[in-house]
Amino acid sequence: MKNKGYHSVVCIKQVPDTKKVTGEAMKADGTINRAALPAIFNPEDKCALEAALRVKEKCGGTVSVVTMGLPKACDILRVALMCGADRAYLLTDRRAAGSDTLATSYILSRAVGSLKPDLVFCGRQAIDGDTAQVGPQIAEKLDFAAITYLEDIEMDGDHAIVTRDIGTGVEKDRVKLPALFTVTDRFGELRPMDVRRVMKYKRAKAPVENGGVAMEGDLAITQLSCDDVGCESDRCGFAGSPTNVNKIVSVVLAGGDFKEIPASEEGVRGLVAELVADHTIG
Amino acid sequence: MTQDRSKGEVWVFAEQEEGCLGDVPRELLGKGRELADRLGVPLAAVLLGDGVESLAAELFAAGADKVHLVEDPELKVFRGKAYRHAFVELIREEAPQIVIFGATHMGRDLAPAIASALRCGLTADCTDLQIGSYTDPKTKEEFDGILQQIRPAFGGNIIATIVNPRHWPQMATVREGVMKPLEPVPGRKGEIVRHDSHLAGVDIPVEVLEIVRRHSSVNLKGARIIVAGGAGVGSKENFRLLFDLAEALGGAVGASRAAVDLGYCEHERQIGQTGVTVRPALFISCGISGAVQHLAGMQDSAKIIAINTDRDAPIFKVANYGIVGDLNVVVPRMIKAIKGQA
Repeated sequence: MKNKGYHSVVCIKQVPDTKKVTGEAMKADGTINRAALPAIFNPEDKCALEAALRVKEKCGGTVSVVTMGLPKACDILRVALMCGADRAYLLTDRRAAGSDTLATSYILSRAVGSLKPDLVFCGRQAIDGDTAQVGPQIAEKLDFAAITYLEDIEMDGDHAIVTRDIGTGVEKDRVKLPALFTVTDRFGELRPMDVRRVMKYKRAKAPVENGGVAMEGDLAITQLSCDDVGCESDRCGFAGSPTNVNKIVSVVLAGGDFKEIPASEEGVRGLVAELVADHTIG
Repeated sequence: MTQDRSKGEVWVFAEQEEGCLGDVPRELLGKGRELADRLGVPLAAVLLGDGVESLAAELFAAGADKVHLVEDPELKVFRGKAYRHAFVELIREEAPQIVIFGATHMGRDLAPAIASALRCGLTADCTDLQIGSYTDPKTKEEFDGILQQIRPAFGGNIIATIVNPRHWPQMATVREGVMKPLEPVPGRKGEIVRHDSHLAGVDIPVEVLEIVRRHSSVNLKGARIIVAGGAGVGSKENFRLLFDLAEALGGAVGASRAAVDLGYCEHERQIGQTGVTVRPALFISCGISGAVQHLAGMQDSAKIIAINTDRDAPIFKVANYGIVGDLNVVVPRMIKAIKGQA
């Protein structure tokens, strides 16, 4: 393992850019028009890719990226290849639709496990769900050590020395491989794309984008189905998801009493006097 | 398991570090008490660690009827696999119907792994929990007394109610600072139930080499008055103004994510969905436009003053007092007015 470097697998996700929820993305009934939001490379998954690329840079080895999603998620696989990933895998299957975190982690664990990695990197959480559940659940299913909130990593033979955020401070651990890491944006930003790799990998395609034909050599994005990775049907999609959505309510900003105060000295003084009078301050 | 799960206990995870409980277990017990009373079942805290039995009294005072205690030197410091293993065995033995965790770093590490091992549902970062019914839209099957797990989703733009009626236990993590602890009742009695850790022969692949605690001087959750700044503050230097205002009021300084990302102040001051949730008596918002993610962390403040140059900024929708103007002018006027009152 030390001589030929480490095999890292990075789980990445294409997500709607939830920060861009503006007027145009809201429907008349106040719900979100998801289609109007740009699809982006989940920010912390980029940090996860950066972590894997740094390990490769220092110790050698290969970096594979895996995504589960619609065929258009190949866009982020191409970005990963342009930044330095060696191999890309698209897991796309109608049976995966409706998967909650439990079913998603099951399907991804099957795909990731089949690649026999030493290291698995995931973003801490995706901005559409913010659950931070899929990474730790993949680790549990593969019986890998799980290190959450990774901030730094150094390799030491078949161990990694890691720094992780524990909320009340930071912790340094020695972890036996194989291990899975969830990476936060404090790890560092993804490096820029390499110009030569951009020219090359813009032509990388999955069969689903290429009339069902696989591309030659390293321009091939490997396409996988639930069957290809040996998933049991009743653990995928809606069938494999214990959680149900009972109700969805759009957030409507509810204003209470509102009073506009002039920005003038008198206005501000009046406000302060009012707050002192009702014992909010003072 | 053949027990009727609807008779199972309500559990909260009493996370501790270095033998201290922090605020989160008490917040969870406050909500847990309400859920357990509604269901007519006992409320229990799950306490894992080494030499932590003395913490049980605090948990009883905070509302627990029972403490399930697992002590083992392997549990002294939190390590995901050891905690998961002991917790999963405990759930298998005792069959609780509901288990709630704080959405802390520890809770968000542990809860997903437990749910994965038990193949049950888990809802992250809930802002409320209730007991209610659910009708399966396809089969029309009805479920009563089900945990309604309420959480913001899609970047805080929607509020979803999640249920998992067919899988046990029903699990959720709960945002810090959102649930209200009960008034402690010192001397309130409960039952301590000891359990085996089941860790003999289990290989734990992680060794903790060192822990450096951040001794935070920032206490936003406990502050009565908070002055918070956003991207509109414009620079780290301008942020000093907010500290001056906070000092004049005896308050604390918070920030929106944008201000933290721009490097105007430290991450620990971040208020909102990915930061702290606060509900002070007075929240003074300066140069914050009011993204839903931020509002989620402060809109329950008793009084909100918003200062912003943009009259259409969403922050004014949740504010009680709005000042349309430049904070660099308004804040010094405010400081002057406060000092004038003193």
